[in-house]
Amino acid sequence: MGYPHTPHARETTVLSKYFGDREAITLEGWKKRGGYAALKTALGMAPGDIVSVVKDSGLRGRGGAGFPTGVKWSFMKPGDGKPHYLCCNADESEPGTFKDREIMRWTPHALIEGCAIGSYAIGAETCYIYIRGEFTEPLVRVESALKECYAGGILGTNAMGSGKTINIYVHRGAGAYICGEETALMNSIEGRRGNPRIKPPFPAVSGVFAQPTTINNVETLAAVPHIINNGAAWYKQWMRPDNPKSTGTKLYSVCGNIQKPGNYEVPMGFPFKDFLYDLCGGPPPGRKFKAIIPGGISVPIQTVEEAEASLMDYEGFVAQGTMLGSGGVIVIDDAQNLVKQIARAARFFAHESCAQCTQCREGTAWTTRILERIVAGDGTPEDLDTLLDIGENMTGKTICVLSDSCATPVASGIKKFRADFEALIKKKKHHLVPAVA
Amino acid sequence: MSEANRERSTSSDGRDRPMAPPEGAQPIPGIFRAPGEEGGVHAPAHAPHGDAGHGHPPYEPVFTPGSKRRNELDEVLTRYPTKMAALLPALWMVQHERGWVSDAAMAEVADVLELTPAYVKGVVTFYTMYHQHPVGRHFIQVCTTSPCNVCGAEDVVEALLKHTGCFELGQMSPDGKYTVIEVECLGACGFATPVMINEDFIESVTPDGIPAILAGLE
Repeated sequence: MGYPHTPHARETTVLSKYFGDREAITLEGWKKRGGYAALKTALGMAPGDIVSVVKDSGLRGRGGAGFPTGVKWSFMKPGDGKPHYLCCNADESEPGTFKDREIMRWTPHALIEGCAIGSYAIGAETCYIYIRGEFTEPLVRVESALKECYAGGILGTNAMGSGKTINIYVHRGAGAYICGEETALMNSIEGRRGNPRIKPPFPAVSGVFAQPTTINNVETLAAVPHIINNGAAWYKQWMRPDNPKSTGTKLYSVCGNIQKPGNYEVPMGFPFKDFLYDLCGGPPPGRKFKAIIPGGISVPIQTVEEAEASLMDYEGFVAQGTMLGSGGVIVIDDAQNLVKQIARAARFFAHESCAQCTQCREGTAWTTRILERIVAGDGTPEDLDTLLDIGENMTGKTICVLSDSCATPVASGIKKFRADFEALIKKKKHHLVPAVA
Repeated sequence: MSEANRERSTSSDGRDRPMAPPEGAQPIPGIFRAPGEEGGVHAPAHAPHGDAGHGHPPYEPVFTPGSKRRNELDEVLTRYPTKMAALLPALWMVQHERGWVSDAAMAEVADVLELTPAYVKGVVTFYTMYHQHPVGRHFIQVCTTSPCNVCGAEDVVEALLKHTGCFELGQMSPDGKYTVIEVECLGACGFATPVMINEDFIESVTPDGIPAILAGLE
């Protein structure tokens, strides 16, 4: 249960190469597999050179936004006399996504090595790995890996004998989806409620403890050692010839109504149709796919036709009306009540809203109430327009994008699967009698 | 963790309430004052003593000088430039020791980290994983968010409620052994349905598998 599958012949295993390999979890085993060579190399380079290599590689943030990692690092100005911080976002809470969990469970040292290189590149002496509270096993694995690193002289005041200070600490979250938002994450590290902050100032100017901070996703940081070891050109071998904006490999978490759920690593630009039917085995026997959400529950829902035409990279998914997001592929088949699942998604956002902004606090709750009413058989034909109207007022008007994330699956669901909603409304169970005639 | 601390709250709504120093413990300076004492924040005279007033045993401080947890907290404090940053770790320690985070516990943490109890309460109530009232010995969390929902998570919840004897979600079973709650995404969507029992994570749970899982718990 939960153990990785044998990689499919068409997978490209860079990050997932040692998933399932128990020896790779330990420092000794990781070193045998070439671990910490990249950190050694990096510590001998100028920080600016590391940033350049990462920039050249085209590596983009794997947490959802897809911001170029090297560019993000270049916002940090070394030698400004302030303490710098690196935060690793391991608060993987996007429904449908469980790739960072596997990275931390099987290759905790890959993450630590990436964090150490990142810290050195941006001039940070301290890095916090923010792990969500529910991830007990990854927490134990990363903590024991850190202990090994301190004992082995890889971290600390003389990291790998370089004279540089690199400290990495784990900060455990306590159950809040919103803490995956970078500014909320920083508040949470500081011991505050996880409310997102207004930007600007951006984290690179004033982040955690009001100092310059960079925040990267687990998968992003875990890819860095490979780029240092093999060079930017090596990483760029995986891209579509006509789209140099997305490079490298990407881990996808596949879940829902599919034969073989799990984590799959494929190069950028891989055809989504082959991915769904070849690698993941297609829908359960006797059923058909109905809808696919390719990047975690916050991104627009795709119809099967759109999904089958998609190419798996940042631009490829945008071309088919959705986003790559975090790479959490949720598959829903024709045996499900799609409206109920959209209502469930809305309930998720209503539960996780930090309630700072009115549009989000009220909007997520209203959306949930209306959708659940429709599912219960009390919907009215006006409900759909009301939902779209609420959604419009929830988009682009709040401090963070949680509000937009709630509106997205609802709006795209109504747009693409309107008939499902209307059928439920027509089947209306109860007839509401107006209180005042 | 002592069994007694798990006892169910006797207050009508199941919450523990007024904050006051634990019976027999050293008063925490600057927060409470005994009647007639100078300084501190006024605690209402009718406030019952600590958690004891609500059917809970008196709160025993976790961070007494020289204790294991105090040393652990002191080490954690070296990681951050501010004391406040150790708040989440400190609350985790309290919860591990006492099973839940009572108002008296919040007062202790506030005192150790030089914060106000109100601030600490604000933080505790934000995060869903801190228990603000006692829970069953086995705290069971089931994910029912969309990806698990399409794989039948609701049946798992139903089976859990039936086999644990909990009447409804969030309520402790009459024997104090279980509390079952539905949670939002546990981050193991490919292994539906994930169930978390205290700190143990169980993947791919089906309704049929529940009796065996429960049998494995003492």
